[in-house]
Amino acid sequence: MARWRRDTTEREVTPEALYLRRREFLVLGAAGAVGALAGPRALAAGPEGAALQVSKKVELAGGEKQTPYDDVTSYNNFYELGTEKDDPKRNAGSLRPRPWTVRVDGEVKRPQTLDVDALAKWAPLEERIYRMRCVEAWSMVIPWVGYPLAELVKRVEPTSNAKYVRFETLLDAQQLPGQRGGVLPWPYVEGLRIDEATHPLALLAFGLYGRALPGQNGAPVRLVVPWKYGFKGCKSIVKITFTAEQPRTTWNEAGPHEYGFYANVNPDVDHPRWSQARERRIGEFLRRKTLPFNGYADQVAQLYAGMDLRKNF
Amino acid sequence: MNVLTERAASASEGSAFRAPSPAEAGPPRPGRAASRKPRAWLKPLCLALGLLPLVKLAWDGAAGHLGANPIAEGMNRLGFWTLTFLALSLAPTPAHDLLGLTWPVRLRRMIGLLAFSYAAIHFTWYLVVDQFFAFSEIGKDIAKRKFITIGFAALLLLVPLAVTSTDRWVRRLGYLRWKRLHQIVYAAALLGVVHFLWRVKADHRKPAVFAAVVGTLLALRVVTWAQRRSKRARVLGRISKPD
Repeated sequence: MARWRRDTTEREVTPEALYLRRREFLVLGAAGAVGALAGPRALAAGPEGAALQVSKKVELAGGEKQTPYDDVTSYNNFYELGTEKDDPKRNAGSLRPRPWTVRVDGEVKRPQTLDVDALAKWAPLEERIYRMRCVEAWSMVIPWVGYPLAELVKRVEPTSNAKYVRFETLLDAQQLPGQRGGVLPWPYVEGLRIDEATHPLALLAFGLYGRALPGQNGAPVRLVVPWKYGFKGCKSIVKITFTAEQPRTTWNEAGPHEYGFYANVNPDVDHPRWSQARERRIGEFLRRKTLPFNGYADQVAQLYAGMDLRKNF
Repeated sequence: MNVLTERAASASEGSAFRAPSPAEAGPPRPGRAASRKPRAWLKPLCLALGLLPLVKLAWDGAAGHLGANPIAEGMNRLGFWTLTFLALSLAPTPAHDLLGLTWPVRLRRMIGLLAFSYAAIHFTWYLVVDQFFAFSEIGKDIAKRKFITIGFAALLLLVPLAVTSTDRWVRRLGYLRWKRLHQIVYAAALLGVVHFLWRVKADHRKPAVFAAVVGTLLALRVVTWAQRRSKRARVLGRISKPD
């Protein structure tokens, strides 16, 4: 797995070819500075990052207005980049999403380590417009770009022992400086039951708003599970492991009474510190009613048939 | 230390919501015009500085600089300043007792009233902006969520202090009783810190700073109290010694 060593210096990691072209870069930089003088419009905030080709668009948020790109990328819970909502955007520069490798292992017939760009080609990318409900009782509508996690599961051929899938975020305090503090046990780990992971709504996301994920949203690859609270969506994934036992997950470990393993959006089960009955859609004034399974009950409720969702919150 | 100065020092104890005591006003010093109060600009400056966070909130709100969730941002800012002024209101007494500074004591009532004002706006923001009068939800919040319960309790504790902050109320209650009443602010400050501590999900660094500051300011009062006690014991010992 390609993890940066802590003592690696800037000079060592600069490829020689790039290093030799540094003067071109300086010239480009000067041109950029002149361009900036031309007017603030040149610097207007808009979707950044590489454009992604999508094969189709799937609207799954009831036609609701999408949360503006600026809000989606400036109001984030990504504690590895800071615990205030605007920290991740400010600190995202330290995260280097390329080169990036992802290890897939555990109870599978085809364990492997592969480059994230190769992983992104395992299935056609599609745009999925989902509601995103945070456990803190706010929500957004986000056009993600990715493919169903089920495609990945199919590729690596889980053994009959595989009952859960465990996701792990990069552990590197240089790229993710929030890991220097003991706010949470690092690395960040999340997990799904195998039938949840293969549900067609569970998405392996590489982008949003048609472009590669910004660092603060979990570049270069993250999980999106729209019927669960946002913290289930593991960001900046380096490892996906199929396991026989239910994996320990970060927030559940930090506060077992507050954050369950399942974490399905449920207006009837309050977080000890917030009512989950209502939520504030970012950009709206009045709170709205929270829907069971974040409005995806028709698609996913059968996964939990016979389960006490108050106990398995 | 003579009895007079000791009484003057103890008169400056108590909380933010208090009238000026003889110790602060004091007789005009020779060489100064009796009609001119020393440092007359102190209080206006304190008020202006105290209102600055509110002005900035309004400004940022109007300019759209409160981020993607301006309602949460406003509530957090108001809570932060409530705790800041509550902590500041605990500083003048030890500053006087341990450092001999008198000017902070003259600002104590204003700082205390600023703390109450920010607390009231913080709650109003929750009631109107955040919940928009959803009283059943608010009732459930106050009853069920521990951090809201104690935050609300802290606000209620501040109400009688704000009401009795005038000179007239000091006279009506008598200074000692009034002083004891205003020691409620210690409880309010501690509850405020716990309110913040319990509200935070995982990163407890900011509430920990408030806890340290409030804890230190309260501990300094214990130091003064212990000093006075031992001094009194010595004086009494000297008096009771037979000739």
